[in-house]
Amino acid sequence: MAKRIDVSDLNIYYGNFLAVENVTVSIEPRSITALIGPSGCGKSTFLRSLNRMHEVIPGARVEGKVVMDGQDLYAPDVDPVDVRQHIGMVFQRPNPFPTMSIYDNVAAGIRLNNKKMKRADLDTLVERSLRGANLWNEVKDRLDRPGAGLSGGQQQRLCIARAIAIEPDVLLMDEPCSALDPISTLAIEDLMTELKERFTIVIVTHNMQQAARVSEQTGFFNLSGVGQPGRLIEFNSTEKIFSNPDEKATEDYISGRFG
Amino acid sequence: MSQTSTTPAPATGQAPAPIGQQRGHLPRWAPWASFAGAAVLVVLLDLAFGLNIALYVLYTVVLGTVGVYALTRLVEGARKATDRLVTCLVVSAFGLAMVPLVSLVYEVVARGIERLDGEFFGYSLVGVVGEGGGAYHAIMGTLVVTALTALISVPIGLLTAIYLVEYGRGRLKQAITFLVDVMTGIPSIVAGLFAYALFALFFGPGVRLGIMGAVALSVLMIPVVVRSAEEVLKLVPNELREASYALGVPKWRTIVKVVVPTAIAGLGTGVTLAVARVIGETAPLLVTLGIVNGTNFDPFDGRMATLPVYAYYQLTQPGVPPQFAIDRAWTAALVLIMLVMGLNVVARLISRFFAPKTGR
Ligand SMILES: Nc1ncnc2c1ncn2[C@@H]1O[C@H](COP(=O)(O)OP(=O)(O)OP(=O)(O)O)[C@@H](O)[C@H]1O
Ligand SMILES: [Mg+2]
Repeated sequence: MAKRIDVSDLNIYYGNFLAVENVTVSIEPRSITALIGPSGCGKSTFLRSLNRMHEVIPGARVEGKVVMDGQDLYAPDVDPVDVRQHIGMVFQRPNPFPTMSIYDNVAAGIRLNNKKMKRADLDTLVERSLRGANLWNEVKDRLDRPGAGLSGGQQQRLCIARAIAIEPDVLLMDEPCSALDPISTLAIEDLMTELKERFTIVIVTHNMQQAARVSEQTGFFNLSGVGQPGRLIEFNSTEKIFSNPDEKATEDYISGRFG
Repeated sequence: MSQTSTTPAPATGQAPAPIGQQRGHLPRWAPWASFAGAAVLVVLLDLAFGLNIALYVLYTVVLGTVGVYALTRLVEGARKATDRLVTCLVVSAFGLAMVPLVSLVYEVVARGIERLDGEFFGYSLVGVVGEGGGAYHAIMGTLVVTALTALISVPIGLLTAIYLVEYGRGRLKQAITFLVDVMTGIPSIVAGLFAYALFALFFGPGVRLGIMGAVALSVLMIPVVVRSAEEVLKLVPNELREASYALGVPKWRTIVKVVVPTAIAGLGTGVTLAVARVIGETAPLLVTLGIVNGTNFDPFDGRMATLPVYAYYQLTQPGVPPQFAIDRAWTAALVLIMLVMGLNVVARLISRFFAPKTGR
C-alpha cells in the first residue's frame, strides 16, 4: 500500500560534516517524485535517510523528522530494520547476491528474514515480482542460474524485482538507470510508471528528460559551495519546474547554465 | 643475420612507414642457441680446468645471458635487448628459488620411499626393536591433535575476524588487531611452554596431554585464521551488505546469510592453509605431548605421538642399529609433506568449487 512521507527540518550529518540542511518536503503517495541536482549536493544522502540506510555508515546521523502516514520513522522506539521492510531501495549499481540464483535473489527478502512461506506461494511471488520488473520472459527458463550471470540491465531489473518482492510501501531508487543503455532505461521507466499504481516512488536522476518523462513532482537540490551543506532549493510539480520554475538557480541548472 | 624483406608497398603510391617496423628479427630459437653455445663453451672450459656442477650451471647461465643480450642488441635494438635480459634474470631467479625446494623434495622422497609401505601405516612402534614398525600411532596422533586444534581455533578465529570487520570500532578494534599481530610473531616454542605452564598449574609438573598440544597449536593457528579471514571478509563488497539491509534484514542475519556465504571459498582456503601451517609444528608438541610407542586416541589422557615429534625422536635416538629408525624418520617426514601438499590441494579445490558462480 502506497504511503505518503512528510519530511520536516531534516539535517543530515556525516560525523561533524553537515551534508544536507533543513529539508522540508511532502512526498505524495502513488506518484513518482524525482530528485535532481549537481553531483555532491546530497541527493543520495537524503534518499538514504528516508529508509534509515544513512545510519549504516559509521558516524552518520540525522536530525529532524521523517513521518510516514503519521508514524515518525526516527522515533526512539522504531526499529530501523522494520522501516526498511516498508521502504525498499534500488541502488545505482546493480547488486544481486552473487551466491544466489535468480530465483533466490528475488526470494531473498523472504528467505533472509526466515519468513515461512509455502513453496507454491513463493513461486507465485517470485513470478509476480519478476513480471512486475519486466524480467520474467527473459529469465523464466533459467531461474536456477546465478543472478550475477545476467546483463547489467537485467541485473538492475532483478534488483527491482527483489525490492518489490517484499511489498514495500515506498520504493527509493538512486540513479537506477545510470549504468544502462537507452532500451533498458526505457524498460525501467515503463516499469516505474506501472509500479506507481502500487508504490510511492522516489527517484534520484541526473537525466533531466527522465525526470520530466516519469515524475509528477520534482525536487531540485543545490549547494552554494564546496564544504557547504546541500539544500532543497525548489520542490514543485514537474511541469512547473521544467517550464517556469520559481527559482533562478533551478532554471539555470535545467537549462544547462549551471556553475 | 639479414634484414627481413620489407612487405611490398601498396599500389597507391607512397606509403608511410608502418608503425612498429623492426630493424631486424631474431628467429625464436636464437636465445636457446645462445644458451646451448654457452653450455658447449663451458664444457670446453671444463675439459681445461675441471669444474663442479654448480659452477658449470652458473657459467652457462651467465654466458648464455650475455650472449642473448649482445645478439639481440646487435640485431633487434636496445629495447628488445633489455627485455630479453630481464626475462633471463627473472627466469634465473625463479630457477634459483626452485633449487632448495626441488632438492628437498627429492631428498625426502628418495630416502622416505624405502619404508613407505603398508606396515608403516598399519603398525605402531609397540614392541619394535630395530627393523619394521610403523607410525600408525603418530599419524593418528597428528590427525587427532590437528583436528582438535582446528576445532578450537576456527570458531575463535572466524568470530574474531567477523568482529573486526563487521562490528569493531575504535580502541578495542585497534587493540585486538595489535594483539593478533603480536600473536603472529610468537615463536612456536613459547606457545608450547605457555600451554605447558598453563596445564602444569592444574595438573602439576610433568603433565603430558593431547589437549595441551592442541592449545599450544591454537595459539599459533588463531592469528593465522584471523588474518586470512579478515582479509577475505573485507573483500565482500559493501553493496551486498547494503542490499541486504535495504531488504529489512538485520545485521547479524546479513552476516550469516550474505557476507559469510559470499566469502566462504576464501574462508575455507584460509582455514585449510592455517591447518597446513601448524600440522608440522614440532617444538610445542615436544614439550606438551611428549612421545609414546603405542596408539592413544584420547587427547585428555596421557602422552600422544605425533609425526613431527616421531621423526625427531627416530632421528635423534635411533637405537642400535640406527639405520631402521632413521629410515622411519625420513618416511615420517615424507608423510608429513604429503599431508601438507594434500591440504594445499584441498584448499585449491575449496576455492574452486565454492567461489560465487557467474556462469551464464
Ligand atoms: N560516506 C560518506 N562519508 C562522508 N561524507 C560523505 C559520504 N557520502 C557522501 N558524503 C558527502 O556528502 C555530500 C553529499 O553526497 P551525496 O552522495 O549525497 O551526493 P549526490 O547528490 O548523491 O551526488 P551524485 O549525484 O554524485 O551521486 C558530499 O559532499 C559527499 O562528499
Ligand atoms: Mg548519489
